[in-house]
Amino acid sequence: MSNIKRYLPLLVIAGLVIGIQLLVTLTGQKFYLTQLTMSAYYTIVIIGLCMLMGYAGQISLGHAGFFAIGGYVSAALTTADFYPLAHSCIGGLLVKIGWMSLGKDPYGATIANINPWLAFFAAIAVTIVIAYLIGMPVLRLKGHYLAMATLGFGSIIYKFVLGTRVFGGADGISNVPAFGLTAGLSVSGSMNARVSNYYIAWFLVLLAALLMHNLVNSRAGRALRSIHGNEEAAAAMGIDTARYKLNLFVVSAVFAAVAGIFLTHYNGGIGPSEASIMKSVRYVAIVAMGGMSNLWGAILASVTLNFLSLRGYFGSYDEAVFGSILVLVMLFAPNGILMKVDWLKRKLKK
Amino acid sequence: MTRRSWAAVFAAAVLMMCSLSFAAKDAKPAKAAPAAAPAPAPAAAPAAEPIKIGAIFAVTGPAAFLGAPEQKTAQMLVDEINAKGGVKGQKLVLIIKDSQGSPEKAVSFAKQLIEEEKVFAIIGPSTTGETMRIKSICDSGKTILISCAAAEVIVNPLAKYVFKTPQKDSDAARKIFMALNKLKIDKIAVTSSNTGFGKAGKEQLEKIAPEYKVTIVANEVYEKEATDLTGVLTKIKAAAPGAIVNWSIEDAQSILAKNMKQLGFKIPLFQSHGFGNIKYVQLAGEAAEGIIFPAGRLLIAGVLPKDHPQKTLLEKYKSDYETKYKEDVSTFGGHAYDAITILAKAIETAGADKEKVCAAIEGFKGFVGTAGVFNFSATDHNGLDINAFEMLTVKGGKFVVYTN
Amino acid sequence: MSFDLILQYLLSGITSGSIYAIVAIGFNIIYNTTGIINFAQGEFVMLGGMTAISLSPFMPLPAAIACAVIITAIVGALVELLFIRWLKSPSVLRMIIITIGVSIILREAALHIWDEKVRALRYFTGNECSSISIFGAYISPQVLWVLGACGAMVVLLSLFFRYTLTGRSMRACSANRVAAVLCGISVKNMVTFSFMLSAAIGAIAGCVISPLTQTHYDCGTPLAIKGFTVAILGGLGNSTAAVAAGLLLGIIEAFSISILPVAYKDVIAIMILLAILFFKPAGLFGSREAGALKEF
Repeated sequence: MSNIKRYLPLLVIAGLVIGIQLLVTLTGQKFYLTQLTMSAYYTIVIIGLCMLMGYAGQISLGHAGFFAIGGYVSAALTTADFYPLAHSCIGGLLVKIGWMSLGKDPYGATIANINPWLAFFAAIAVTIVIAYLIGMPVLRLKGHYLAMATLGFGSIIYKFVLGTRVFGGADGISNVPAFGLTAGLSVSGSMNARVSNYYIAWFLVLLAALLMHNLVNSRAGRALRSIHGNEEAAAAMGIDTARYKLNLFVVSAVFAAVAGIFLTHYNGGIGPSEASIMKSVRYVAIVAMGGMSNLWGAILASVTLNFLSLRGYFGSYDEAVFGSILVLVMLFAPNGILMKVDWLKRKLKK
Repeated sequence: MTRRSWAAVFAAAVLMMCSLSFAAKDAKPAKAAPAAAPAPAPAAAPAAEPIKIGAIFAVTGPAAFLGAPEQKTAQMLVDEINAKGGVKGQKLVLIIKDSQGSPEKAVSFAKQLIEEEKVFAIIGPSTTGETMRIKSICDSGKTILISCAAAEVIVNPLAKYVFKTPQKDSDAARKIFMALNKLKIDKIAVTSSNTGFGKAGKEQLEKIAPEYKVTIVANEVYEKEATDLTGVLTKIKAAAPGAIVNWSIEDAQSILAKNMKQLGFKIPLFQSHGFGNIKYVQLAGEAAEGIIFPAGRLLIAGVLPKDHPQKTLLEKYKSDYETKYKEDVSTFGGHAYDAITILAKAIETAGADKEKVCAAIEGFKGFVGTAGVFNFSATDHNGLDINAFEMLTVKGGKFVVYTN
Repeated sequence: MSFDLILQYLLSGITSGSIYAIVAIGFNIIYNTTGIINFAQGEFVMLGGMTAISLSPFMPLPAAIACAVIITAIVGALVELLFIRWLKSPSVLRMIIITIGVSIILREAALHIWDEKVRALRYFTGNECSSISIFGAYISPQVLWVLGACGAMVVLLSLFFRYTLTGRSMRACSANRVAAVLCGISVKNMVTFSFMLSAAIGAIAGCVISPLTQTHYDCGTPLAIKGFTVAILGGLGNSTAAVAAGLLLGIIEAFSISILPVAYKDVIAIMILLAILFFKPAGLFGSREAGALKEF
């Protein structure tokens, strides 16, 4: 019985997801699904960051960089033309097993594209390697220095994708093909696939939330919470703090990368703005607004703010509204909006 | 944990319902989005169905110097057209979305405009990056897209519904090389900013230089937000070029001009058509004297001969814009002007049918716009050639025609 | 490389370095009194410049700058009163996020009060073309103004902190907050004053660099990032070190241009920052104790 209680919020979110989809389909307003899908992918990044900031207490002002690494590697590999390779024996083998396919480009010449799944795994692998390389030195720092270091790495990734020809420079990469998951199910922005893409995105969100939820209540999660509470005490208890922090950093980076890959295929492209510092700041701000370690608050804040921003609800005042909400929440509800709701409910009960 | 999660779920449900209902309100047709538009679009005429036109501009954010004049121009033109009774009796409704220069928002707005508002056409976006991301969305969504962004790739490879109004970068580069040849300068240094515009220009310069027998002895890319370019110039000094060609669209153009004079450079400075705003001249002050650049004739409308086809249009746009908004007109806003006038004329000719309008635009020959005289065709969705450009220079703080 | 080319790179480095240095000075004051790194410092610089530019058609330049400084200082005080005063022992993370939020609000307010256009103050002496020649290399006289302002501010600040009562009270707050309260110092007011002072210094910086860098509503953030890179490089809390570090970074960047493409210039700066953070977080000129972060 306690199992159901633990997973109840997840089930309720799942219920809401299905309910909203049915609602919008019945009322003929399926277009909301687009922004809800995009928000879902950003929420996955937020969930990973929430784990890192809330449970391990490590601020990361460069997380948009991991989103970008995932998206860019996948985009670059799926749009690159491997035609010269297709003739060699490796190329021929790859075509035979279906990992590379031949097609025609808009000008009519034959090109060879690799299977998006290959690109997916390659992107994740690159992300893991880079996350380990960055995490090892960076996680030894604390406070403002940690923030600056993550800011610095995010900045390097941004300037790298901005300045590299392979990644399209300032224009980014466009015409990224659809990512076929299984027969009939593919991640793409086409209007016929709206409902299926919505479910793919939200399924991933629920999966991420489930993973994080389980992590928090597991042995590793308790170790992380003790590190957050007091790092020296945790070390004294025999917890390998450096290893836990590093592994969590890499896991949260992978969450961001997965979100990046899927959103890139959904949007059909990616640009350097996805790696910018302002994006990283936005992610951190949303996690803070949800309550640093409150998963549900983070999801709520992320979906609401991203949805309204992507719909252009606030027009030119979008940034101003975001900044104001951020400051207000940080001043009045530092443990997140949900704790405030809780507090209000308790006050009203009295 | 349970109480928190119940609170979460409750709040989530309430917020989702609220935001959906708010969003539902803004999905109603014939309503201008809450953007920084100075005047809301007028309501639909009871007689004929209004035609909805969407616009995605970077009104605020890092590309605001492009999007803000474009938005103002578009709004001014649509109001003017509606005041005259609309296009064949049908009023135009302009729905402006501020993408803030973000391609993700551009994608989201494009889908919104196509699916929800069911717009007839989309004007903009302001930057190449955003345009490339929505190009296939508009084409597969069968919505006309008339972009205000400059890169060749927008119309090449050709997409049936996609057009663009700014001139070709390659033509601008050719004009510069022709002027260099006349001045007998064969060694140049190229500087560009790391933006889409700068990158596209740099590539054109590199590609076309051998044709005119010009060698590029130094080739540097600087940051868009660069505040000081003396380091770049020192490196260029060592390479001893005969002229510097700068290709960017931000205020770094003025900083480069000032730094050149401060460092004692005596060689000429060529800029791209991104210099087309008198503000850059004002910022560079005395250092702007003698800068040579290709531009649309909007900037020298006053000195055009009376029989020049563009003269009346340009002077009218200039005086209307400057009276209404009390700021100097720029060539960037002109791209939006052309987009809307082309669309309006096409609807007038062919009626409110997307396929017929596309065919109509492709048939336009000799269409007078601010950027030049357009000659569209089935293979040319840009319509401008090298004659759209006039070489200009700065004298006494004003734009004048460049004569050698 | 010929001598005058080397000298030119040096002068170019001093030009950009002086810009970094003058922005960095403002961070240290707030940091010293409160332990907060104010991510909104760049917006104070921007506000100072924009206000002075708006006022300059109506009054002589020195008066416009003085008014801009006063107005920005008031804005700084308001920021502190509205957003910072209420907090009771906030965590580092919360402080960072609040100051980031404040910087967003200030920037967007500037966008809607002014507009997106780029402006500049006129050069204090001479104009856009004037330059001073030193052994065959050139520098704009405005850079000398920037360096002069840096130097003057550093000197005045050290005099202020050493010999005035308010200055000493602020130092007391930074050394030991509880002890300062026990001595009867109103710590809350010292914090407000430190924000005002930081904002005023930012405004002066904004005015004096405006002819060189040109001012627009967006210019605060990149300046702030360079500014606190330099502040950390020198050692948080030490203004003289910040100036030295700024000039040093500018010179290193300028010479890096001579061998690498310009596009890598910023990456070099970040690499240097990361190296300092990993190997000597107290900064080039800082001590171990200074390196340990202060508490608010």
